[in-house]
Amino acid sequence: MSDKVYVTIDGNEAAAYVAYRVNEVCAIYPITPSSNMGEYADEWAAKGIKNIWGVVPTVVEMQSEAGAAGAVHGSLQAGALTTTFTASQGLLLKIPNMFKIAGELTPSVFNISARSIATHALSIFGDHSDVMAARTTGFAMLSAASIQEVMDFELIAQASTLESRIPFIMFFDGFRTSHEVSKIELISDEIMRQMIDQELVIAHRKRALNPDRPVLRGTAQNPDVFFQNRETINPFYDKCPDIVQKTMDKFASLTGRQYQLFQYVGHPEADRIIILMASGCETAHETVEYLNENGENVGVLKVRLFRPFDIKRFMQAIPSTVKAISVLDRTKEPGATGEPLYLDVINALMEGLNNGYGNLKSMPKVIGGRYGLSSKEFTPSMVKAVFDNLKSEKPKHHFTVGIKDDVTFTSLDFDPNFNIEPDNVIRAMFYGLGSDGTVSANKNSIKIIGENTDNFAQGYFVYDSKKAGAVTISHLRFGPKPIRSTYLITHANFIACHQTVFLEKYDMLKDLVDGGTFLINAPWKPEEVWDNLPRTTQQRILDKKAKVYVIDAQKVAEDSGMGRRINTVMQVCFFAISNVLPREEAIEKIKDSIKKTYFRKGEEIVRMNLMAVDNTLDNLFEVPIPDKITAKFDIRPPVPDYAPEFVKNVLGEIIAGRGDNLPVSAFPKDGTFPTATARYEKRNIALEIPVWVPELCIQCGKCAIVCPHATIRIKSYDAKYLEGAPPTFKYMDTKEKDWIGEKYTIQIAPEDCTGCGVCVEACPAKDKKDASRKALNMYPQVPLREIEAKNWEFFLSIPDKDVTEIKVNNIRQQQLQLPLFEFSGACAGCGETPYVKLMSQLFGDRAIIANATGCSSIYGGNLPTTPWTVNKEGRGPAWSNSLFEDTAEFGLGFRLAIDKQKDLAILLLKKLASQLGESLVDALINAEQKTEAGIKEQRKRVELLRERLNEINSEDAITLSEIADYLVRKSVWILGGDGWAYDIGFGGLDHVLALGKDVNMLVLDTEVYSNTGGQTSKATPLSAIAKFSAGGKPTRKKDLGLMAMTYGNVYVASVAMGAKDDHTLKAFLEAEAYEGPSIIIAYSHCIAHGIDMTQPLKYQKALVDSGQWLLYRYHPERLKMGENPLILDSKAPKLPVSEYLNMETRFKMLTKIRPDAAKEFFRQAQEDVENRFKYYQYLAERRIQ
Amino acid sequence: MNLQTKYLGKLLKSPIVVSASPLSENIDNIKRMEDAGASAIVLYSLFEEQIRLEQIELEHTTTIGAEAYAESLSFFPQAYEYRLGPEEYLEHIHKSKQAVKIPIIASLNGSTNGGWINYAKKMEQAGADAIECNIYYIPTDLNLKGEEVEQTYIDIVKSVKKAVTIPVAVKLSPYFSNMANMAKRLDDAGADALVLFNRFYQPDIDLGQREVVPNILLSHSSAMRLPMRWIAILKGKIKADLAATSGIHTGEDVIKMLMVGANVAMVCSVLLKNGIVHIKTIENQMKSWMEEHEYNSVEEMIGSMSQVKVSDPSSFERAQYMKAITKYKLGY
Repeated sequence: MSDKVYVTIDGNEAAAYVAYRVNEVCAIYPITPSSNMGEYADEWAAKGIKNIWGVVPTVVEMQSEAGAAGAVHGSLQAGALTTTFTASQGLLLKIPNMFKIAGELTPSVFNISARSIATHALSIFGDHSDVMAARTTGFAMLSAASIQEVMDFELIAQASTLESRIPFIMFFDGFRTSHEVSKIELISDEIMRQMIDQELVIAHRKRALNPDRPVLRGTAQNPDVFFQNRETINPFYDKCPDIVQKTMDKFASLTGRQYQLFQYVGHPEADRIIILMASGCETAHETVEYLNENGENVGVLKVRLFRPFDIKRFMQAIPSTVKAISVLDRTKEPGATGEPLYLDVINALMEGLNNGYGNLKSMPKVIGGRYGLSSKEFTPSMVKAVFDNLKSEKPKHHFTVGIKDDVTFTSLDFDPNFNIEPDNVIRAMFYGLGSDGTVSANKNSIKIIGENTDNFAQGYFVYDSKKAGAVTISHLRFGPKPIRSTYLITHANFIACHQTVFLEKYDMLKDLVDGGTFLINAPWKPEEVWDNLPRTTQQRILDKKAKVYVIDAQKVAEDSGMGRRINTVMQVCFFAISNVLPREEAIEKIKDSIKKTYFRKGEEIVRMNLMAVDNTLDNLFEVPIPDKITAKFDIRPPVPDYAPEFVKNVLGEIIAGRGDNLPVSAFPKDGTFPTATARYEKRNIALEIPVWVPELCIQCGKCAIVCPHATIRIKSYDAKYLEGAPPTFKYMDTKEKDWIGEKYTIQIAPEDCTGCGVCVEACPAKDKKDASRKALNMYPQVPLREIEAKNWEFFLSIPDKDVTEIKVNNIRQQQLQLPLFEFSGACAGCGETPYVKLMSQLFGDRAIIANATGCSSIYGGNLPTTPWTVNKEGRGPAWSNSLFEDTAEFGLGFRLAIDKQKDLAILLLKKLASQLGESLVDALINAEQKTEAGIKEQRKRVELLRERLNEINSEDAITLSEIADYLVRKSVWILGGDGWAYDIGFGGLDHVLALGKDVNMLVLDTEVYSNTGGQTSKATPLSAIAKFSAGGKPTRKKDLGLMAMTYGNVYVASVAMGAKDDHTLKAFLEAEAYEGPSIIIAYSHCIAHGIDMTQPLKYQKALVDSGQWLLYRYHPERLKMGENPLILDSKAPKLPVSEYLNMETRFKMLTKIRPDAAKEFFRQAQEDVENRFKYYQYLAERRIQ
Repeated sequence: MNLQTKYLGKLLKSPIVVSASPLSENIDNIKRMEDAGASAIVLYSLFEEQIRLEQIELEHTTTIGAEAYAESLSFFPQAYEYRLGPEEYLEHIHKSKQAVKIPIIASLNGSTNGGWINYAKKMEQAGADAIECNIYYIPTDLNLKGEEVEQTYIDIVKSVKKAVTIPVAVKLSPYFSNMANMAKRLDDAGADALVLFNRFYQPDIDLGQREVVPNILLSHSSAMRLPMRWIAILKGKIKADLAATSGIHTGEDVIKMLMVGANVAMVCSVLLKNGIVHIKTIENQMKSWMEEHEYNSVEEMIGSMSQVKVSDPSSFERAQYMKAITKYKLGY
């Protein structure tokens, strides 16, 4: 090891590390994949880490990226060195301010982990569509290709912006770079100080607005002068490239790492080159070297400074021998003559040749292509395909690479088996579960190797699209040289399967090299392993002559007190088998690392992990491999055979992990997908599932209402439907007096259940002879799977009760309504989904839903499947997600359109009344539609209307027939979390409430940004620890309900299902029936609260008992009747708030970090609760005149 | 009038000591205890097992759901310094020592041998005047023999004694086959005082929910009979000091305990009911009684009615209980 300081960190940390140290203010807002940059800054500030001037930077979270940009602009104008971090839509929201910041020549660096912009779909993954959308702002644009470059360019950008006065976007690829962990050389504070010219900092401060030397900035100008004034900035842009190169040269003199604005790598006499930006450069670099070693003459030109584009340096960087160029853009601009980098290159070549810059004698052939949208893989094979295309006589122009385009045939073919990975790089893949600690163990292994040996290390992690039972695949590389392979491993020396259940789901060994090693965590003896492997896996082991090892990691972990956390055990196995380090040394390093990593978490955690290390090797065995296949089963198909074609051919392939192979023609063109697809994705993720005990059941329905995944269902039915029931199918007499004589069944969907256990917590029925036994009890899923799957299938065949026979205001009956939201990918035990499901049961067959971006849009709309589903008539919620910030407005648009079409229908009804029959027309127009029976009658009338319209041959009749469904009341629902409702979408929410239209808003209030990983929102309560409130939130929660009540005509309810389910039901019914705006604020427990997710209801009960959450309903119609519109449904607080707070880690943590602050906050919380209750009591008891 | 007594090698200004309770979690309360006349304070107990469980709970609740979904790879900010060990307790010892002049006795409940030793040492370093080992152990294993349980107690006391130089008291439960023998063995193991007796929180049943619920019952005066008997029996037979605890609510209660042989009497429930200032009331009650009965010092009182000093020593023995009832009936 040399004396340089190496660290193993990801791209976001590398960017934030420097940005934090060379700035004074960071204004931020969470958005994937950039959130971590702000989080690092916030954590460092909380810890008191200082910048290079000895000051702790101020980190402020705003209500949106637009807000953050405004704060940045203001802070810059007032003289502080200011930065921000963002991506995708966040960057778009900053654009208006960016024009201003650049127009005013204000130095700043915006750090962007580049991510796709939502078009036909949202994607959190990486491409350049966001930064390219910002290329007209006047910001300089510098792109980094590797984690090292991210750190280096951050500093170069900061130094350059101060000198050039042009603000910079410093961007790198979202996820591929932002989340890749790599060993890099750390830049010292000393080097940062040498790079940042203090005089330029002072100059920035001198330009600040200051009443001691007042100026005016931000005037309005007219046609006479605006244009000329705009041209004054040109010299700054002209000088900028020189400044950046000069800065890069200075940086090289301090660090030895020399960068160029356009950096050429490859054969000095290359005939073909590729030009591109960001992480793809690394793969291209690696491939070029390989191809040249194998006799080709190729090169790659890495564009570092994209704006301002320096044509002269660009031309000088291209070898004179180049005949053909392929320009690769990681973005798509439909309708353009080419993508941005391609167009710039074409223009630069033309101007460059005209001006005689560089060595080219004539215009080479220039081909444009697109690659890597939304983190699509970009591999050496694809690079080779691009070079091969350039070689062909008729190269494909405006091509795509990485996909199969069988519609417009743009794609280049590539050989998936082309492999250039050198033998001296160890490549390992790990299949783990989110909850088992696989990823954190692998990050730890990278640190151990990266920071203790001369080897370089790289880790990249592929995550699931689901939150519950999520699969993670870790890709780790270790080697003697810096690793440039910015693509997933497909030729692994080592593959580990950390959960037995993966064996039947994934063909893991397809990526194993011949003679590679396969490690399985399973509860089997070595000699039992072989017969438990599926046929495909056995075949691959034999074909590849693989070595197989087994360990019962679960047992070792449990024996060591670690429960399901098998991370340390599997880490020890990896080191023991892979020989990355000598075994003894590796164990020593793991132990050291455990002590370092876990000491903060307490001696007990350290002790348990050390014990796990010591217990591992005795339980690790090599598996004897027979010479023939013995398997009687194979890897299961991703969806059942009876699934519809689209589900089988498209969604099923995505489920199986083969989505990359789907061609363009497989997909809908406008982002429209069928609903009712989650039912085909049998995930089998529960370790245990509930089992119903009819003799104990009191038929209260509480198990079903709280079930987050709609996997526990109830039916009451005529006994005749039991004919043909499987012998294990359970039923009992129905107790509900309206349905006496019927049979009653509670059935679990065994393959869809997540095993969260909330139904068992909710079940109030206990065995009289054994209080530990309830009407629902958890048992291991595997032995029950087949039996209960048959029962489930039979259960589905029993008809649902007609909605008109169900009293929807009674949970016992209401829970028989069919959920039209089922088997979502939400976390096991999710607190939001029971509300969403309830809404779907009550109104789903006529609901149209505008869903804010966040957890609910992810578990509701993330491919491959959707939980939104249909009833037997094919009706169900129509769902869409627009953006994060605009959901109330988006939903309002639904209402306007529906009302307009209804108006037209009524107009036409009246026009055609004489032909249709006055009585039918009158009934259609004036129908009562507040009850299910009323809706059903109206639907019948619409059917009759259509029949009569068929007999009328007129344009009006055809139009009316098309829109007649709008005569049936539609239920508009606007769904989102607290981040939307309290923060980014509040302006729209407020405006839509004020408009008085009939929309229903459901705020799923988890009191934190859950989807992006627990950042503070204005719904976060006082004292809670969340990201951006690392020291406990010092301010109280915003009272959104109270604000909404001030309008007077808004129905407002505050509910907590876990505390009082019938209150929730009542609020939903009232809100929807109210023909004006409604808002339900629904307390949703969350994995981000640090609670026991198997018993979440007890927290909600304590929450309400303590008064920390009030239950109430504000009904404007009561006012019309002379009654006080507010009904306070909460009783006076009876539990000390501190008792509730100490139940949840988000609060309790504070007592372990800042005990004194915790005491004061908890006291304040008690005072707030008492005052708030009194205030609501006063409001509810006021006499209304 | 001289109320002074000796306990754990210290000369205390009175025999009224505050036993371990949540009241001592607050430094202001500790000051008020001294002001009201407490001669020493046993701090609330440090439970090793609770520390362990809190560490496990925190690890679990902050890692559940992490590193599973690309947008939310964690849910909590990284805290650089958790205070998950005994730090807060140790600081509390330090602050208590700074706040008052009277001795501060730290109370420890360990769950592992290492824990007992480690935490006891830390308590000594933090400035505790003595340590009270709060051995709170309910054996439920049907195969565990009584002598093994007893040996565990002895081992703990030996380990802690070896680890620290400050005096060590042992707070016991009365559930031994031969309490007297157990007391002797603890005495031999080096215990500087025995605190009789520990009152376990006994669980209750919530009939509505049919669930077991923790239920904290404050003691009443009748609870003092048990320690009173055993102090009487032990006084003069072992070297260790004796402290009485459970059900001591009045000055007269304190006097009874002193007479049977306690060096100090510990109060808790009565303070939770009547406030810390009640220490003063107890002291005044004591003084009045002593004045009335012409006692000049506590010293002359201690052990004056121990088993060996009463006219009928057998009255402290078990069989006498039946006779007491018989007498009671006859007298009616």
